[in-house]
Amino acid sequence: MALEREKHIAERALLTMDDVQIIDLYRRMVLIRRFEEKTAEMYSRGKITGFCHLYAGEEAVAVGAIAALYDKDYVVSTYREHGHCLAKGAAPRAVMAELFGKATGISRGHGGSMHLFDANLRFMGGYAIVGGGLPIAAGLGLAVKYREEPEVVCCFFGDGALPQGAFHESLNLASLWKLPVVFICENNFYGMGTMVQNAICQEELYRFAEPYKMPGVRVDGMNVLEVYQATVEAAARAREGDGPSLIEAVTYRFRGHSMSDPAEYRSRREERIWQERDPIKQLRRKLLQDRRADENQLTTVETEVNAIIEDAVRFAEESPEPALDTLGKLVYVEDDGTAQS
Amino acid sequence: MAEITYREALNQALREELDHDERVFIMGEEVGYFGGAFKVTDGLLATFGEKRVRDTPISELTIVGAGVGAAMGGLKPIVELMTINFGLLAFDQIVNSAAKIHYMFGGNAKVPMVIRAPQGAGHQLGAQHSQSLEAYFLHCPGLRVVIPATPADAKGLLKSCVRQDDPVMFLEHESLYGVKGEVPDGEHFVPLGQANVMREGKDVTLISYSKCVYDAIAAAEALENEGIDAEVIDLRTLNPLDIGTVVESVKKTARAIMVYEGWRTGGAGAEIAAQIYEAAFDHLDAPVERVATLDTPMPYNARLERAALPSAAQIVQAAERLM
Repeated sequence: MALEREKHIAERALLTMDDVQIIDLYRRMVLIRRFEEKTAEMYSRGKITGFCHLYAGEEAVAVGAIAALYDKDYVVSTYREHGHCLAKGAAPRAVMAELFGKATGISRGHGGSMHLFDANLRFMGGYAIVGGGLPIAAGLGLAVKYREEPEVVCCFFGDGALPQGAFHESLNLASLWKLPVVFICENNFYGMGTMVQNAICQEELYRFAEPYKMPGVRVDGMNVLEVYQATVEAAARAREGDGPSLIEAVTYRFRGHSMSDPAEYRSRREERIWQERDPIKQLRRKLLQDRRADENQLTTVETEVNAIIEDAVRFAEESPEPALDTLGKLVYVEDDGTAQS
Repeated sequence: MAEITYREALNQALREELDHDERVFIMGEEVGYFGGAFKVTDGLLATFGEKRVRDTPISELTIVGAGVGAAMGGLKPIVELMTINFGLLAFDQIVNSAAKIHYMFGGNAKVPMVIRAPQGAGHQLGAQHSQSLEAYFLHCPGLRVVIPATPADAKGLLKSCVRQDDPVMFLEHESLYGVKGEVPDGEHFVPLGQANVMREGKDVTLISYSKCVYDAIAAAEALENEGIDAEVIDLRTLNPLDIGTVVESVKKTARAIMVYEGWRTGGAGAEIAAQIYEAAFDHLDAPVERVATLDTPMPYNARLERAALPSAAQIVQAAERLM
């Protein structure tokens, strides 16, 4: 039923955007996809190590939601955050260099794939404990409200976070204090290898909004325009002082939980069905069909993105490792000279 | 200079810091209308209002996590955990978020937050309400661990904590709130990482913090009658740790006793003893002793509880063994 309602939303979103904005959505989604494909390649070549959770397939959620925000709005994310970070405007060079563990990385090589951060972009970090970002997002919302500023905090998390206490505590607090937070649940049906129905008593995840007295909607997370429009509405509500919202974006990760997961708990048939719903292909078809862009423009975007990704890899390869004598530094603010009280 | 209680000293520090900096606010369970479970925040709501003295639901994980977010967003939260025992529910946000954020984000973020929590035993509150957990936090890089014994230090250290930029576990002892002492009026800061030599002596060094400092002083007085001259050091902060003052003292006395209310095994005393061995092994005439809480959940029965906790009598016995 919820999906029925959302069908019209995409059309509405399309009408509010000019061609430049729409092509930019396409560009961002392609950028994330190519970035993740290249990341997988670099991982298999041993250039990237550690845990690495790819976002391919879910691009419409990050891009749609973040396009609905202002630059000064905050984003809080998870360990599957390359897409959110890039969508918020991070330089692919800085993100790729972080995955390579280099000193030029966005977190100076201290964070890796799961801990990207950029204060200037108000990308407030990737957190690698399931549900760990939600209380922090509530706190950022509190800071905004405390200073009577107009910003909104957009908090991404997976379906795996819903059974966590942090989810319920944070929704309660955000609603109780009317904090300007947009909670976006990326429901990709699996918390690691466990299906949603084996982990959560209520499979319609957006319904958790109701007990916490906030609006809850389910949108097609493979449709960037639906995600965009739902976030526009939730962010407007937050900005007006009416408090948080919960958006459930139904999506699918095209790869396993992490690089080491071949996803044997899913059928190849299921994967094929979702790949046919590829959010990038869908938007491409839509743009051509509605004559909002022509083949030439979109091919140009793809070529440009490829060059950006190649450049990012080159930059990461050529960047220096963090110096060994940096070890033990940056543990305390007071010790590294950045204190300012 | 006025003689006030540890509780009043903390209240004064909070009041002054709220007054000093608009970014400072307090949140926690019962900190507002109730005035704090131990009345430390009493009267602050009336002066500063609900925006800056915020009652929260019973959600320790999210109170601390929201403190982390608020601090990253430019505020200076002082979060009260009703007791450290409940703080275990917030352990994830303390250890995985607060302590890590500055480092794992490459120094680009900071979490200037003070987490205040009462701890300690002695009131027959049983196994889940009587713990002293400073060692858990001492173990974790990225956290400051501050643990005052006197009213003057309670005020001076709390104000210093609010003025610095790292996350702090500020651990108060439930038995100390009514203890009185001279406290400087107005701006009084005690720097982090400076131990206080409470009593000078030449025969044995008693190294302590929090409530056990008083047991150490009582023991030192008892030892004086036996002709044993004990030096008493109040560490005041465990991170940063003023090991220099400790080592200097031990080099003089050649004997050391760690006195602390955490469990004996894996306690702060074990770490400090190790550092003494590393820095002053050749100066020692005897092994470092530990007088600490017995390795058991705290019993309810008063006699059993007293026996489980460190005491002046145990310190005296330990000193006699060392001589």
